[in-house]
Amino acid sequence: MEPSGTQGVVSDFSRDKQVFGMPWGKAMMWIFLLSDTFIFSCFLVSYMTVRIGTTDPWPVPSEVFALSFGGDPIPLILIAIMTFILITSSGTMAMAVNMGYRKDRNKTFWLMAATALLGASFVGMQAFEWTKLIVDEGVRPWSNPMGAAQFGASFFMITGFHGLHVSAGVIYLMVVAARVRNGFYEKRGGNYEIVEIAGLYWHFVDLVWVFIFAFFYLW
Amino acid sequence: MAYVAIADRDHEEEHHDPQTFITKYVWSQDHKVIAIQYGATAIFVGVIALVLSAMMRLQLGFPDTFSFITPENYYQFVTMHGMIMVIYLLTALFLGGFGNYLIPLMVGSRDMVFPYMNMLSFWVYLLSVIILLASFFVPGGATGAGWTLYPPQAIMPGTPGTDWGIILMLASLGVFIVAFTMGGLNYVTTVLQARCRGMTLMRMPLSIWGIFMATILGLLAFPALLVSAIMMLLDKTILTSFFMPAISSMGADPGYTGGSPILFQHLFWFFGHPEVYIVALPAFGIVSDLLSTHARKNIFGYRMMVWAIIAIGGLSFIVWAHHMYVSGMNPYFGFFFATTTLIIAVPTAIKVYNWVLTLWEGNIHLRVPMLFAIGFIFTFIHGGLTGLFLGNVTIDLPLSDTYFVVAHFHMVMGVSPILVVFGAIYHWWPKITGRMYNETLGKWHFWMTFLGTYAIYLPMHYLGFQGVPRRYFAMGDTDFLPASAQDLNAAITMSALFVAATQILFFANVIWSLTRGPKADPNPWDATSLEWQTPDTPPKHGNWGHDLPEVHRWAYDYSVPGYADDFIPQNVPADVAPAGRDHGVEH
Repeated sequence: MEPSGTQGVVSDFSRDKQVFGMPWGKAMMWIFLLSDTFIFSCFLVSYMTVRIGTTDPWPVPSEVFALSFGGDPIPLILIAIMTFILITSSGTMAMAVNMGYRKDRNKTFWLMAATALLGASFVGMQAFEWTKLIVDEGVRPWSNPMGAAQFGASFFMITGFHGLHVSAGVIYLMVVAARVRNGFYEKRGGNYEIVEIAGLYWHFVDLVWVFIFAFFYLW
Repeated sequence: MAYVAIADRDHEEEHHDPQTFITKYVWSQDHKVIAIQYGATAIFVGVIALVLSAMMRLQLGFPDTFSFITPENYYQFVTMHGMIMVIYLLTALFLGGFGNYLIPLMVGSRDMVFPYMNMLSFWVYLLSVIILLASFFVPGGATGAGWTLYPPQAIMPGTPGTDWGIILMLASLGVFIVAFTMGGLNYVTTVLQARCRGMTLMRMPLSIWGIFMATILGLLAFPALLVSAIMMLLDKTILTSFFMPAISSMGADPGYTGGSPILFQHLFWFFGHPEVYIVALPAFGIVSDLLSTHARKNIFGYRMMVWAIIAIGGLSFIVWAHHMYVSGMNPYFGFFFATTTLIIAVPTAIKVYNWVLTLWEGNIHLRVPMLFAIGFIFTFIHGGLTGLFLGNVTIDLPLSDTYFVVAHFHMVMGVSPILVVFGAIYHWWPKITGRMYNETLGKWHFWMTFLGTYAIYLPMHYLGFQGVPRRYFAMGDTDFLPASAQDLNAAITMSALFVAATQILFFANVIWSLTRGPKADPNPWDATSLEWQTPDTPPKHGNWGHDLPEVHRWAYDYSVPGYADDFIPQNVPADVAPAGRDHGVEH
């Protein structure tokens, strides 16, 4: 007799052998992402604390991050493009996962390659943005001509840490994509769950960007 | 798409037993070898930290006597002693050591789910230890900022070790967190996903529950320490102002502006309080198993013990600011954090009552592990009760900067977990090494350590009531303190040196056992849990021989009425022996 109600929930969760019907790597990636969530939360909360704590004026993000294509500066245009690119890459990643489970190695490879390319272009635009801030605006981690020193410090630290995540993700995706193509996983039973595991990481990095976008650029 | 659990697969992946000495004992991916590597490294740094504490006590007991202990040295000893004991010894030993050894054996698995990552975890941990110890030898020496590393003083000139010591300390912590994450992900995933048939979560021994929950706490709490270490490194090296307010140092302006030192305290204690339970929960779990096994009784209230572990783990994330009552905060926050802090006493008290009730009318065998387990109940109740004082804002304010806090902390988080560490080492020693230890030496070790620690810490509470301030290098002439306070300090130092020297008995026992200890029975304590049922002692690579074990009952079938033996191992089928109170539902 199996119990029902809350007792049933507990006994289902605590059943023998395994809690989740998923591969070890996937379970582990979920737990890692939970841990990583706490890292980014701590970064963002710290940034908010120093931002509301500092007495120097905080630069207006829509002006600092505006870009002119000949005419009037368009607020946040570069960030908007970067966000669009990253979210698009989540779309191609989701399609790659789908193709992986259909064991369509060719399409999986190309979709993953497209995802990695979009990710790399995101990092490239971030490098452009950093260069503009450092060279043109004179923003440094320890000082900021427009006001609070914490603006530069938080910006470089948080976008830098996120950029490292994206870069690591690009490398991860390229390794997995290459292995999909050369038949590495065929020799191991033809199982493409690794594509989904890499996808989990990639979607997480995108999601984090949405929070950085909201809290750093839109605030 | 259902995923087939490892216990249900027809053919498991082939095992490639390591062949060479190097792959067997150095670059080993076997969880048992990694556990011993972790344990030995942790105990090695622990001995260094013990020597540091002896130096501190020499200074406190006999000021103006030892010319080789300068005020700078003293603060470096305090800092390194605290950091090593809390993180590099206790966290690494409970999770990297016992977690690694016990999890696969107790849940019926062949190894951790990702052995290669598990191996990396140890080597990265070793790297963090090397970086930490290197800070003794760099210009300016190790950091003397106190183990909490509060800015601004942690990175400002005037504090010892602000040249390189603090940088190496922060770097070492970052590396340690990477190592812990690689190990911790393995432990959690193994417990969740790689158990054998019949091993439900509600049949797991409480040791595993404690280690499992502590690892989850670590994975969620260490991020705060990592972030604060990164930000302080930036403040120190490239003059960002996360934690540093506008400040003048020795007449000069170091260039900081507008940061928040309190922010560091919040981040640090958001890590620091769960860290207390990262150390305590494995101790709770292990001590439950030691008491049950050596009292020949099922643990009292198993289900409540599990829920208490989960509740303590959850609550531990919303009490952190009780470390900051004297830092200054909104009185309503103090009220909130005092309330949550005192609520933790409820699940903790449930556990203590259940330990005592497990002993009630038990068939108690006072072997060495049992002595340490019972000793733990004493020291833990003692340290827990003083915690009720310090959890209240109004009582904490006058006591916070006195030796009362030192005594409370060392009772609850120093002595108590260390007693469990020793109990656990004696308990599992026959399984790990295949040899018995010397019972008499072990008993001497226990009694001298147990009574000796009381001789150290009981008088320290009294010093705290008198108002003796902690952190001071020497008290000098202080009007409100009677001269006898110094006599008491000298007595405490004598006890501390005695207890430190007593630990030689432990190492003597280790050497005795390894050289001439008698061969151990596979199950010398007649215990029920799976690690005692392995085909080989010590267990070989792969743990279980050809077939994985199957579990048919919980881990506490001791003295079941109507059965000849007073214990029924977990892998004995239900039609062979009756089950006691069981909580598992097989699917």
